[in-house]
Amino acid sequence: MSEKSKSIDSKKEFSKDERLKKVSKLKILLNRPELGALGGSILVFIFFGIVAGDTGMFSAYGTLNFLDVSANLGIIAIAAAMLMIGGEFDLSIGSMIGFAGICIAIPAIYWGWPLWMSIVFAFAMAVLVGYFNGILVVRTGLPSFIVTLAMLFILRGATLAITRLITGRTQVPGLRVLIDNDPIAWMFATDTFKWLFTWLGSMKLIALRTDGTPLATGIPPSVIWFIILTIFATWILMKTRYGNWIFASGGDKVGATNVGVPVGKVKISLFIGTACGATLFACIQVLDAGSADTMRGTLKELEAIAAAVVGGCLLTGGYGSAIGAAFGALIFGTVSMGIFYTDVDTDWFKVFLGAMMLIAVVFNNYIRKKVTESK
Amino acid sequence: MSENLIEFNGISKFFGKVIALKDVTMKVKKGEIMCLLGDNGAGKSTLIKTLSGVHKPDEGEIIIEGEKKIFDSPKDALDMGIATVYQDLALVSLMSVTRNFFMGREPQKGIPFFKTFDIEKANNIAAERMGQIGIDIRDPSQAVGTMSGGERQCLAISRAIYFGAKVLILDEPTSALGVHQASVVLKYIVKAASQGLAVILITHNVHHAFPVGNSFTVLNRGKSLGTYAKKDLSREKLLSMMAGGEELDKLEVELREMDRISKN
Ligand SMILES: Nc1ncnc2c1ncn2[C@@H]1O[C@H](COP(=O)(O)OP(=O)(O)O)[C@@H](O)[C@H]1O
Ligand SMILES: [Mg+2]
Repeated sequence: MSEKSKSIDSKKEFSKDERLKKVSKLKILLNRPELGALGGSILVFIFFGIVAGDTGMFSAYGTLNFLDVSANLGIIAIAAAMLMIGGEFDLSIGSMIGFAGICIAIPAIYWGWPLWMSIVFAFAMAVLVGYFNGILVVRTGLPSFIVTLAMLFILRGATLAITRLITGRTQVPGLRVLIDNDPIAWMFATDTFKWLFTWLGSMKLIALRTDGTPLATGIPPSVIWFIILTIFATWILMKTRYGNWIFASGGDKVGATNVGVPVGKVKISLFIGTACGATLFACIQVLDAGSADTMRGTLKELEAIAAAVVGGCLLTGGYGSAIGAAFGALIFGTVSMGIFYTDVDTDWFKVFLGAMMLIAVVFNNYIRKKVTESK
Repeated sequence: MSENLIEFNGISKFFGKVIALKDVTMKVKKGEIMCLLGDNGAGKSTLIKTLSGVHKPDEGEIIIEGEKKIFDSPKDALDMGIATVYQDLALVSLMSVTRNFFMGREPQKGIPFFKTFDIEKANNIAAERMGQIGIDIRDPSQAVGTMSGGERQCLAISRAIYFGAKVLILDEPTSALGVHQASVVLKYIVKAASQGLAVILITHNVHHAFPVGNSFTVLNRGKSLGTYAKKDLSREKLLSMMAGGEELDKLEVELREMDRISKN
């Protein structure tokens, strides 16, 4: 009896369908994981537009500043998001940043390697660290939270110990002079579209220094990398077979394995991805500052995960997007810089970060229920 | 002999001291539905995991189309045309119908190194295949989590068939379904067999097995109680053969007894 009434209900649903078509388009949009972060970004810009619109925050210089901060965070947030979609965490991102920094600086300064070789070396180490994280998680079946927490301590400790052993200090300066004439360092250290800013300056469209050169000299390399990575990661997730494997590995490890997805390999590659993201972050920062610091990147892993979560990634894996993580990073970068332009004490930034995360998690949880809602 | 698509002879599987399977033999022909019955813990899942490359048998051999085979992984079995639809279905509820349908075997297009997942083609195939079994996928990009249990089961089966299964192994496909949905799935299984697949249907529900099966193998505590053709069996005989059958008989007697006493 109840079966009969059920099938009648479903027939009703079918006949209503034609009228529902329009709504379902909207529903598709509402179901996109990055929706929350996109909305959040818009709100953040409206907020600062109102309270800090006339302070120079949105001048060319101010804009590039908060974009630079967002982009740096975004680089690791996207890598962290891909890994989270694949069902794992990497808490060693921050320590990897510090480690990669000295992998660049020590060979270049103390061993006389050319800078490009040190950079290649740092990325090679990143591949090793990522592979090690991945193989440990895949082989032992332990939660990646624990494995990479151990790696957080190991890498940070090793970074400090090695640096002090070799240099007697915790900082390695002197890199700036090596950048010129290096075949690859420019990729991480050069502002682009300088001509545009020179032109804008000459037209008196943007603020100038006293010597007549524009205050904002060009797009920082972090922003270019950030854009490239966002596009690349989105392409992978949405348009490639490997992307489908990432969703599958995070969504249901056993199920994915049973239909032939190489889950272990996918996860290992994603751990290599986060380590390489951390190394790219380190490259840009170390070359920008001209020095490596053993404490660089501290707590960055948590910010990256926070940005990914705000961007719509589920903590349980299998759902999320790179664009979402990019917007998550944009929110954090904009607020962390924007807060300087307001009367609000900067101490409140962390409160904001935490609150954003809570809201995002509640929102995401609701979305997930909607997506998997049974008929 | 080679009319059997798949045979396994004297399969045993031990987990430490536990004898999960002992000397189990079974043969399935093309177009035949072999029902594997048994109570919980009888070893049904272990048997099909052995057959699908998850476990290696400790004794015995697997013969496919007359040739002895050894599977090192589920992928080996899959490549040989042995597709297993597990109890958990290997579907990811957060992913779309299409992405699930092609999970692990996504069609690609484009030049090497820049190959993309041909989602358009995948969407079309998924919608067409689901349409053939009467499931109207309004939007192939909808999450599998929004489908009913029966639809999911059919999706998993249809996926296995699309990817060239010769032997289709179904682990308790109807156990979580209502009467109506179960009958939809069973109908689809019969249709699959009529297209020339060998089907091994695992269940502990005799009422689901009996109408569709051609032959029946009953497992009890890791041992086969033998294989019977449908004509040599009745529903009642099958029921009582399964472990618990006798107990159910006893229970019935006891209940009748109680009924009588309470009436008096
Ligand atoms: N991986 C394993 N390790 C140890 N024992 C197992 C394992 N898998 C199954 N068993 C045991 O083998 C027996 C048969 O289990 P199973 O094949 O799952 O039965 P069924 O599917 O018929 O309910 C049970 O006693 C179970 O505890
Ligand atoms: Mg079982």
